[in-house]
Amino acid sequence: MTQAVVTHEAPKSFLRRYIFSTDHKVIGLQYLFLAMVAVVVGIILSLYMRLRLAWPTEKWPLLSKLFPQAMAGGTISPEFYLSLVTMHGTIMVFFVLTTAPLGGFGNYFLPIQVGAHDMAFPVLNMLSFWVTLAGFVVLMAAFFVSGGAPISGWTAYAPLSAVGEIAGPGLGMGQNLWILSIALFCIASLLGALNFITTTLNLRTKGMAMTRLPLTVWAWFTTAVLALLAFPVLLAGGILLLLDRVAGTSFFVPEGLIVSDQILPHKGGSPLLWQHLFWFFGHPEVYIAILPGMGITSHVLSTFARKPIFGYRAMVAAIFAIGVLGFLVWGHHMFVSGMSPYSAIAFSLLTLSIGVPSAIKTFNWLATLYKARIRFTVPMLFALGFVSIFVSGGLSGIILGQTSLDIPMHDTYFVVAHFHLIMGVAAIFGIFAGTYYWFPKMFGRMMNEALGKLHFWLTFVGVYAIFIPMHMMGIAGHPRRYAETAGFDFLAPLQPIHVFITIAALITAGAQLLFFFNFFWSIWKGRRAEVNPWQATTLEWTVPSPPPHDNFGPQIPTVHHGPYEYSVPGAAEDYILQTAPPTPAKS
Amino acid sequence: MGVALALVIWLITLGTVILFVGRFWWFPEAISEHGPSIDRQFLLTLTIIGIAFVLAQTTLGIFIVRYRQRGEERASYWHDSPRLEALWTTVTAVVFLSLAVLGQRVWAKLHLNAPPPGALQVEITAQQFVWNIRYPGPDGKFGRTRTELINDVDNPVGLDFTDPAAQDDIVTVNQMAIPVNRDIHVILRSKDVIHSFWVPPLRIKQDAVPGLAINIHFKAVKTGQFEIACAELCGLTHHRMRGFLSVLSEPDFEAWLQQRASP
Repeated sequence: MTQAVVTHEAPKSFLRRYIFSTDHKVIGLQYLFLAMVAVVVGIILSLYMRLRLAWPTEKWPLLSKLFPQAMAGGTISPEFYLSLVTMHGTIMVFFVLTTAPLGGFGNYFLPIQVGAHDMAFPVLNMLSFWVTLAGFVVLMAAFFVSGGAPISGWTAYAPLSAVGEIAGPGLGMGQNLWILSIALFCIASLLGALNFITTTLNLRTKGMAMTRLPLTVWAWFTTAVLALLAFPVLLAGGILLLLDRVAGTSFFVPEGLIVSDQILPHKGGSPLLWQHLFWFFGHPEVYIAILPGMGITSHVLSTFARKPIFGYRAMVAAIFAIGVLGFLVWGHHMFVSGMSPYSAIAFSLLTLSIGVPSAIKTFNWLATLYKARIRFTVPMLFALGFVSIFVSGGLSGIILGQTSLDIPMHDTYFVVAHFHLIMGVAAIFGIFAGTYYWFPKMFGRMMNEALGKLHFWLTFVGVYAIFIPMHMMGIAGHPRRYAETAGFDFLAPLQPIHVFITIAALITAGAQLLFFFNFFWSIWKGRRAEVNPWQATTLEWTVPSPPPHDNFGPQIPTVHHGPYEYSVPGAAEDYILQTAPPTPAKS
Repeated sequence: MGVALALVIWLITLGTVILFVGRFWWFPEAISEHGPSIDRQFLLTLTIIGIAFVLAQTTLGIFIVRYRQRGEERASYWHDSPRLEALWTTVTAVVFLSLAVLGQRVWAKLHLNAPPPGALQVEITAQQFVWNIRYPGPDGKFGRTRTELINDVDNPVGLDFTDPAAQDDIVTVNQMAIPVNRDIHVILRSKDVIHSFWVPPLRIKQDAVPGLAINIHFKAVKTGQFEIACAELCGLTHHRMRGFLSVLSEPDFEAWLQQRASP
C-alpha cells in the first residue's frame, strides 16, 4: 500500500488544537481525562454505597451536601442506594472501563504502534469523543431531574425499567436520560470501533505485518470488532425500551401487569427479550473492558521481564478465541431467568470453554516470567498485580458458569466479587499499568516512582481485602443490590463483613489520591523523560516524548522486527527496536 | 521489591485459602433432596480451582523472586514451546469441560424432568414487595383468576369466585408452608416486575417473570422455619421483600392448610 507522505502542521488555534482536535493523541488524552473524571465520580458513589451498607441508619450531614435532594434527611435512603448502584455500575462500565483503555490508550497508541500518522478517520474520531462526552453529561443530569437517578441497576431489567415512575423513584425522567446516555455511548463507540479496525488493517507502516503487531494492537483491534458487533444490539434494545416508555409500545412489557394498583395497557411484550438483547451486548462488553488490559499486561510484562512474550501466536489466538466465544455465552447471565433449561446447558458448556483461552494467557504470562530478568518498575508491579487478580477473579467463573452452581450463587455477592475482580479491578490494573508505562511518552516526564510504588501496594492489598471476603457473603446467600441486611435473619451474621469491606474500601479509595497527585504533579514537575526510558522495542519509543503532531514527521518508519525482541543473544543491547536495521548479529 | 511482592502474594493466597477452608461464613445447611448434590459439586469445583489458584499464585511469587534482575546478566531468549502450550491447553480444556458436564447433573434432574405426578402444587405470585402464595384446596385444582379482580385488600391474586374451582383455593401472603418429604411443584408468576424466589437452605432460586408461569419442583427433607428472599432487583424495598417458609410434617401441614381454608 502506498501512503502519501504528508507533513501535517499542528493547528494553531487553541480551540482546534486542544478542544475540537482531530489529532488522535489529543483525542486519546481527552478520553483519558473524561475517564478520570468519571472514575472519581464512580468511586465516590461506591463509597456512599459502602457507608450505607456498613452503617445503614447513620446520618451524614457533610456528605449530604453533595446530593442535597437525594439525601434530604442526611441519611442514605434505600432509593438513593439503588440510584447509586445504577449510576456506579453504568459510569464504571461505560465511561471508565470502556473509555480509558480503548478510547484513551487505544486512540493515543494504536496509530503510533502501527506506524501511522493518525487514525484513518480523524473527524469521526473527534466526533466519537464529543458524543461520548455528551453521553456522560446526560447521564450525570439524571441525578438532578425530578425523581433522581434510576433505581433499576446498570442492567435496567424490564419491566422495572420500562413502565415508568409508578414502579419506583428515578424510573421517570431519570431512566429516560439513562437510556439516552447509553444510546449516545453506543453511537460513539461504533464510530470509534470503525476507526480502530480500519486503521489497524489499512494504515500499518512498511514491514508492519500483522504478526509483528504489538499485543496491545491485537487487543484493541479485537475489542473494536467486539464493540462494532455488540453496541448496535444495545442501541436497538435501548431504542425499543425508550419506545415502550414513551410511545406505548410493548416490546418488553407483557399483558396484564398491575403496578401500584394500576392495570397497564401494554400487551404482548417479553421481559426476557430485553435480557437477551442486553446480555448479547453485555457479555462481550466484559471483554471490551478486559482485553485491552490483557494487551497492556502482555506488553508491559515482556518489556520489564526483558524477554519475548511467550507464545505470541497463542496469545493472538487466545485473544481471538475469547472474542468469538465472548459472543456465545451471554445466556450464563440468565440461567435462572426462566429461559429454556436446555439452552442453559449449551451456554454453560460454552462458558467453561472460554476459560481455556483465559488459562492460556495466564500460562503464557507466567512462562514469560520464567528465566526473565524482572525490573520492578511501577508499571511492571501493576502488570504483575493484573496477573494475580486475573487468576483470582477468573477462577470463580468456573463456579458461576455451571448451571447447577449458579442456582445458589446467582445474583449474590459471589457474583459481585467475581465481576469486580475480573472486569473491574483487573481492568483498572491494566489501566494503571498503561498509565505508568506510557505517561513519559504522553507528557514527556516521568511519574514519581516512590509514590507510584506506595500507590501499588495499598491498592493491591486493598482490593483483595475488599473483594475476597465478598465471596463469603455470596456463599452465605446474601443477594446483591440490598440496601441493608436488617430485613433478614440469615443476613445478620454477615454485617461485620460489610463493615470490614467498607473500611478497606475507604482506605483503598484514599490511596488513589496518591495516584492523582502523582499524575498531575508529574505533568508539570516530573523528571524529563527520554525518548525510550524503558528501553522498549515498539514504535512509540522511537518518536519524541511527547510525539509531534504527525507522530513520525516526513519519515515513515520501516519495521524489521517482531514487537518483543528482548535479550536477543549477541545483540548489542538487550532490546532491539522494531525499526532497527534488519541485520543484527544473530549468532 | 521482588521478595516483598512475592511475600504479599503468598500471604494473600494463604489468607484466601484460610477463609474458604475455615468456612467462618458458609452455606446454610441444605434442606432439600437435591441440595447436598449441589454442595458436593461446589466443593469439588472449589477444590480444583483452589488448587489452580494456589499453584498459579505460588508460581507467580516464585518467578518474581527467582527471576528478578541481577547485575547485567540477560534473560533467556525464546519465543515458544508448542508442546508445553498444547499440553496445558488440553489439560485445562479437559478439566473445565468435565466440570461443566458434571455441573449439569443436578440441573438436569431439577429442570429437564417434569414435576413428579402427585407433587403438591403451590402457586407463588410475586409483586412489589410481597409473596402471594396459593394452594388449590381440596379439589386439587387452581381456580380461574382475572386481572381486573385483583385487589390487595382481600383478593391479591384476583380469584374469580364464579368458578367453582376457585372457591376452595387458599391464598396467603408471605406465609408458605410445605410438607416434608413430598415433591413440591411451584408455579411462579409475577404481577408487575421481575422478582426471584430465593430460599438459601433449599438451594432453589428462580426468577418470577411477569407474563410467564415458570414451573419448578423440589423436595424438602428437613422440617423447620426458613426465610424467602427476593434475589432480583424489583424496586424500592427489594431488600425487605421477605416471606416465610415452613417445612412441616404431613399432619402439621394439613392442619396448617385447614386453618387457612375459607369456612
